[in-house]
Amino acid sequence: MIELQGISKSFKVAKRSSGIGQAFKALFAREHTTVHALQEISFSIGEGEIVGYIGPNGAGKSTSIKVMSGILVPDEGSCSVMGYTPWKDRTAYVKNIGVVFGQRSQLWWDVPVLDSFELLKDIYRIPDAEYRGNLSMLTETLDLEPILKVPVRQLSLGQRMRCEIAASLLHGPRILFLDEPTIGLDAVSKLAVRRFIRTLNEEKGVTVILTTHDMSDIEALAERILMIGKGTLLYDGTIGELRNRFGTERKITVDYETCDRPLEIEGAKTLSWSPERAVFSVDTGQYRIADLISRLSGQIELLDVSVEAKPVEEMIVELYREHRI
Amino acid sequence: MSGVRLYFKYLSMLFRSQMQYRASFLLLTFGQFFIPFAVFASLYFMFERFGQLRGWSFFEVALIFGVIHMAFSIAECFARGFDMFSSLVGAGEFDRLLVRPRSTVVQVLGSQFEFTRFGRLLQSAIVLVWALAKLPVDWNVAKGITLALMIACGVFIFAGIFILFATLCFWTVQGLEVANIFTDGGREMAQYPLDIYKRWVTVFFTFVIPFGCINYLPMLYILDRVEGRDLAYMAMPLAGAVFLVPCVLVWQIGVRHYRSTGS
Repeated sequence: MIELQGISKSFKVAKRSSGIGQAFKALFAREHTTVHALQEISFSIGEGEIVGYIGPNGAGKSTSIKVMSGILVPDEGSCSVMGYTPWKDRTAYVKNIGVVFGQRSQLWWDVPVLDSFELLKDIYRIPDAEYRGNLSMLTETLDLEPILKVPVRQLSLGQRMRCEIAASLLHGPRILFLDEPTIGLDAVSKLAVRRFIRTLNEEKGVTVILTTHDMSDIEALAERILMIGKGTLLYDGTIGELRNRFGTERKITVDYETCDRPLEIEGAKTLSWSPERAVFSVDTGQYRIADLISRLSGQIELLDVSVEAKPVEEMIVELYREHRI
Repeated sequence: MSGVRLYFKYLSMLFRSQMQYRASFLLLTFGQFFIPFAVFASLYFMFERFGQLRGWSFFEVALIFGVIHMAFSIAECFARGFDMFSSLVGAGEFDRLLVRPRSTVVQVLGSQFEFTRFGRLLQSAIVLVWALAKLPVDWNVAKGITLALMIACGVFIFAGIFILFATLCFWTVQGLEVANIFTDGGREMAQYPLDIYKRWVTVFFTFVIPFGCINYLPMLYILDRVEGRDLAYMAMPLAGAVFLVPCVLVWQIGVRHYRSTGS
């Protein structure tokens, strides 16, 4: 479906230096530094996948989304999406994709949402029957009925995001690019958006590429993670693989009857300790949890025990750290 | 042609948006009616004092004035999207246009429309009609067509200048006030018959930015100040349409530059 091969892109950025003298000099002779936004990025995404595209700010996520959606022309490399080269034959290609920029609206601010949809129908030349079908499907699944007649400026952020997503799907694209779709949303809207993306993917087989800083989005939606940092692709794999890589470690939290000295348990690293509660981390590759708990209960009166795997959030942070980004 | 239809759909959307702010719309339209009024008044009083300007009567100049101001206000209405393009590109909204399957020109044109300029349009139309009524011209179909061409092609010239300077935003991001020298300045110069100026000014406004071709030269024909070669004078305004061609080409280059630099 999507195939990137050795995509590179660099930008010239004017050097900014401090001081009025420097600023004056820059007026006449600008110095440029070259920023390598993307270096030799290659990956392929199959039809019907949901891919989480992550990386810290400035890693090159937006740049690669722009390349894939035909906005930017890369310096080198090839990219094929549904048989198209995105930056050639732009108008034919973009009919097949939907793009949501979480931070920018594509709706007309002062008119009812439905009016924006009608105009998009004309922009995309959507046939009547198809438009009606898609609109009723989107209205139902995104619960838009009560807000279709409301001017966009009166909508809450969550309502607006639901409309933005609907707007990018009216023409029935096969691929959906979501750039931070849950940014700034409250918990309820976030869940609604996620549920919708999942349904869309399962029922319509739409391929979804999602960038986000919210790892719970990734955990809830993406089977596969692509991680980019400093313009290079650092990780490409499933969440399961990521778990196996970091995931033999478990966090054990125990509550117990007051005990006035720190506990020392073989195989467990103490993360925190108080007279009522202690937190340990254990590498389950080497020690069994059951042994550990029995050793613990030999020393103290246990009240409660909980075992957690490392959250994806922390695994990602560790991945970032591993690559020093 | 579907681009034109889409443009009018954009217009209807923008009009509905504008109508959300009715009071400010009416006030601005009212203001736009009176702003050029001051300019016209000064023209009127000048002729009051001097009677004529290098052999041009008041109503002849008023006709030239009406044509150029009508063309300007129509262009400001329709090509406002290009005039305001720096804010569009600065906000990163241009990316949005690129992921839609339509030409960038139609989409930028459709991004803004300045309905309040109808006030200015009305004022210049009144001047034009007044001048037409007072001038002793033998009207015929050919002259009517010429007059329509003058206004239409004047719109193309102003639109072309807007597009040209919008294109520069791809390099500078910030809007350039320099554009006003050519739009406002050109309008102020071309509201008088071009032969009153120094030669280089006349040459500039005939061959570089062809304002002279859309009012001064065809005006000579309408007023029967020239003998023969009627067709050539009638066709003069088309230079305005020709002017638009390189502007749109430069725009395409700008879009290509934007897509390779992303800034």
